[in-house]
Amino acid sequence: MQVPSVRRPRPRKVLLGACGLVGFLLCWQLVPALGLVDPQYLPYATDVLVRLAEELRDLAFWRRLGFTMTSWAIGLTVATLAAVVLGAVVGLVPFLRRATHTLIEFLRPIPSVALIPLAVLMFGIQLQAALVVIVYASFWQVFVQMIYGVADVDVVARDTARSFRLNRRQRLAYLVLPTALPYLVTGVRLAAAVALILAITSEMVIGNPGVGRMIELSRSAGDAEGLYALVVLTGLLGLLVNIVFRLIERRSLAWHQSVRGEAP
Amino acid sequence: MTARTLAATGSRDVGRRVLGGLLYPLGLPFLVLVCWGLASTGTTNRFFPGPLAILSAFRETWIGPAFVDDVLPSLYRLGLGIAASIVVGVAAGTVVGLSRGIGDVVEPLLEFFRAIPPPVLIPVGMLLLGITDTMKVVVIVSGAVWPILLNTIDGVRSIDSVQSDTARSFRIGRRQRLWSLVLPAASPRIMTGVRQALSIALILMVISEMFASSSGLGYRIAYFQRNYLIAEMWSGILLLGLVGVLLAAAFGVVERRVLRWYHGSRAIERA
Repeated sequence: MQVPSVRRPRPRKVLLGACGLVGFLLCWQLVPALGLVDPQYLPYATDVLVRLAEELRDLAFWRRLGFTMTSWAIGLTVATLAAVVLGAVVGLVPFLRRATHTLIEFLRPIPSVALIPLAVLMFGIQLQAALVVIVYASFWQVFVQMIYGVADVDVVARDTARSFRLNRRQRLAYLVLPTALPYLVTGVRLAAAVALILAITSEMVIGNPGVGRMIELSRSAGDAEGLYALVVLTGLLGLLVNIVFRLIERRSLAWHQSVRGEAP
Repeated sequence: MTARTLAATGSRDVGRRVLGGLLYPLGLPFLVLVCWGLASTGTTNRFFPGPLAILSAFRETWIGPAFVDDVLPSLYRLGLGIAASIVVGVAAGTVVGLSRGIGDVVEPLLEFFRAIPPPVLIPVGMLLLGITDTMKVVVIVSGAVWPILLNTIDGVRSIDSVQSDTARSFRIGRRQRLWSLVLPAASPRIMTGVRQALSIALILMVISEMFASSSGLGYRIAYFQRNYLIAEMWSGILLLGLVGVLLAAAFGVVERRVLRWYHGSRAIERA
């Protein structure tokens, strides 16, 4: 009975949310209009939205967006593949798990942006330099989840698999992977957000072409409207990535209890 | 079995356990360092100096006046930013979490703000506040506050209804309810948010200094890179790594203290 109302947000909620959005835009419009902040530094909301619409009609803008999303996609794919393989191996072999623990705990908290200077030295102002940073940052998200995931196999299920004499490959396919999948999908969702952040950041700092560089250029040119339009755009981009990956999570885990929502 | 052989096997076990206890955590890092050292002496690639060169550069670069000039200002900005994020995030999150109406109004906005990649806020901060310390702290807060805020909202909303009903029927006052029910019940989620916020804050500190600063860790590392001071640059990366590790370790200690009751109750549930 409750299911449709849970799936579809209530109209009241949508209405209130829209009110919040309109209220925020109104405040934004009022701050420069009342002279609280010089419009040179905080342009009118309407001007920014108009500018955003103009950018969206510009082919050059889409090309730059394409650069950003390409480095995002490559980085995320490489990081995910590497993390799944390494995470599964390390997670399944207790010896490796114990031996790598310190190294992982030291490498993981290193802020990925600290590697930007190194990446620039190694590859110059190129896609590869950005990829180093993106892959490093998103690798850990998936890797750590994968280690936990493959180690989380239910004891009863494992013993059952053993008594049915499932061989190694069968155990991997029917026991370990289904157990690790929820962890993996969560890791990939987090990694997708992190990879987007680092893709745009590295363009800002390194200067390889893309949305991030456009932001940096419009800042140094004093083009406040363009800057705010791009910031709004990156927010929408981030929102889109979140929504898409949450959808993927729900789809791929439709069989799983946390999504089915049945009592255990 | 006599007492003597028992003692002997016991001591051998202890010896093996100590050896294993040291070998496991330190073996692989040591191996990596040795391989790195061997590789760096074997090649002519000057971008990868050996660990010893980095270590001596570390000593020369960071121990001394640079610690006061660059490291302390960075840590000051970072600390201030984290503290402000926690205060703002928990306060606003409690208000929003306790009221359905406010929650429904601001939720789409919050989702949007959280989705903005935080480093993008640095140019905006530079435009609004200029190149100042305030700008860096504001940028750190505006990036790090969202995970704390959203987790606090979730935590406050998921308070056990039996507990809140009990508090209500005992007519526990608003303030006391806040301190002894709402915040403790939400604290596991709040700590989750803080953990995410720490890494964002560190990233923002570094980038904001790389962009717009004349002091600080990020500025120093970018400076070394532009001047091809390779070993010094590596030592800066090492220092940033150390800051990250220490931050994570300090957080671990604080979390265990704050959430001792929580981990305890979880352990009982599992047993």
